[in-house]
Amino acid sequence: MDLSVRIGSLRLKTPIMSASGCFGYGVEYADVVDLSTLGAVVVKGLFLKERAGHPPPRIVETPAGMLNAIGLQGIGVHRFVREKLPELRAKGATVIVNICGTTIDEYVEVARVLSEAEGVAAIELNISCPNIKEGGITFGCHLGNTHDVVSAVRRATPLPLIPKLTPNVTDVASFAQAAEEAGADAVSLVNTFLAMAIDVETRRPRLSNGMGGLSGPAIRPIAVRMVYECARRVRIPIIGMGGITSAADVLEFLIAGATAVQVGTATFVDPFIFGKLESGLRDYMSRHAIERVAELVGTLEMPGGTRR
Amino acid sequence: MPVDVDAEVLFSTRLSDDYAVIGFRAPAIAGAIRPGQFVMIRTARGDVPLLRRPYSVFDRLRDADGRPVGFSIFNKRVGTGSRLLSEATPGATFSCLGPLGRPFTLPRAGSEAWMVAGGTGLAPFATLSEELAAEGARRRLFYGARTGAELFCVDRFEPIGVDMVLATEDGTRGETGRVTVPLARELAARSGAPPVALYACGPEAMLQAVAALAARYGLTCEVATERRMGCGMGGCYSCVIAVRTPAGGTRFARSCLEGPVFSAADIVWDDVDR
Ligand SMILES: Cc1cc2nc3c(=O)[nH]c(=O)nc-3n(C[C@H](O)[C@H](O)[C@H](O)COP(=O)(O)O)c2cc1C
Repeated sequence: MDLSVRIGSLRLKTPIMSASGCFGYGVEYADVVDLSTLGAVVVKGLFLKERAGHPPPRIVETPAGMLNAIGLQGIGVHRFVREKLPELRAKGATVIVNICGTTIDEYVEVARVLSEAEGVAAIELNISCPNIKEGGITFGCHLGNTHDVVSAVRRATPLPLIPKLTPNVTDVASFAQAAEEAGADAVSLVNTFLAMAIDVETRRPRLSNGMGGLSGPAIRPIAVRMVYECARRVRIPIIGMGGITSAADVLEFLIAGATAVQVGTATFVDPFIFGKLESGLRDYMSRHAIERVAELVGTLEMPGGTRR
Repeated sequence: MPVDVDAEVLFSTRLSDDYAVIGFRAPAIAGAIRPGQFVMIRTARGDVPLLRRPYSVFDRLRDADGRPVGFSIFNKRVGTGSRLLSEATPGATFSCLGPLGRPFTLPRAGSEAWMVAGGTGLAPFATLSEELAAEGARRRLFYGARTGAELFCVDRFEPIGVDMVLATEDGTRGETGRVTVPLARELAARSGAPPVALYACGPEAMLQAVAALAARYGLTCEVATERRMGCGMGGCYSCVIAVRTPAGGTRFARSCLEGPVFSAADIVWDDVDR
């Protein structure tokens, strides 16, 4: 049975990865999870410099999901390369680094630093964080800006480049197209949905930042729909995510058109979930006599007999 | 190294409408628990509530031969997760991930240990008292609650030689007022020797007051914080607390990894209502 998939020039052992911001820098889990068994470890979003993040409370639970406004607390790309990357390499992890910027120059500089480092497999371009004022989502909500930042980083790095799209737009597939035209090797989606929760007793928002991003099972059907829409409009591979908690959820994304998936919120509940998802996927494949997981990608049967 | 076990509820002892001590069978966790550590408990099997809840370990449970077989928690019913736990009956199982976090450090030989607990902040002091007994240190527990009916498990501590000082805000048991009132008085009355190490767990306003007393008398003080947590493993960066950096600045530290026990002097307290 072959679980490997290709994302541009990158070959992943399995189609199942951790999602950025939900698995720290990966090293936090090195004692309890064999990082080399994941398709990839996608690390927390990194700027050029360290960032403090928002004051707590940073999360609040909602029905079948949660809101977060972490504010991209992080150690900056240089410390990451010095302090975290060597351990990730030693553990045999395939490392995808999620990068952020407040300006195009910052994205380019972070990408350059990572391209010169040893042990980075790909760059995920975070143009979709809803929780910071400048940068992030402002690139991801405007087609021209998406094109500009992707092309600029494309010129700066030979690494596989994966813009991560926001669902907070009317037509996400047009953003996937803009990324493809600008030279992206793949796109990943979805980041979180901008959302809000209010404490009615105090009439205050439940998060210090006011608003936050919704993730978890609550968003899965919308995420699946968005992956499906993108798959019909671009040729580059799609990495799907949003509320995955089971092997059936992984399969939904693959069938909708994702080549690979990421698991975020569910790893908070079960840090050992990756092995369980993989074995569930294997069970399905043997039940359906499928030899290569890639055969499953985009195999949705639409009523009326047209595929996809 | 934390493990995830399906832990069976061994008992649920109701202390009042809202409070209960709940025991879980989890030998793999119990053997490794250090005082101050916590366990992440999944309170439902499905997606609601989704996230695990952090619980400080109350007692380490042992079998007739003294082998660790499980642990108990001190549960206060506040939201959905704690309500599901409070309704659990023996035989039910819950996924428990632990033990997690940085434990208390024991005082230097010859020190007295003064523990300060507010409300459910009592939890970590059962195992800490036992551990300290092995060191032969004099142990005092300053324990406060809003009202006498919410001072629980007092007889859990007296038989193991812990001196109790009780306080309630409404004066229905022990001294009247916050627990930091008798603490401040006893600290002022000390002659200086032997040294005292302070340990505190409870509302952050109380932790902050204890930290201020420790600073005034130059005492070592560790506080067990209880921030809202997402994962307990360092993955989500939600349970942060502001701490001082060596360079004189501040940064947000993850209380699940660097805590939940911190040296009180390291914490930069929020402006909490006192
Ligand atoms: C606490 C938290 C932090 C996150 N941080 C990042 C981040 O740094 N960069 C990023 O691209 N996405 C971040 N995300 C979004 C996730 O990677 C993912 O896109 C989203 O949560 C949907 O997947 P899920 O439902 O499986 O969590 C974060 C999500 C959460 C819940």
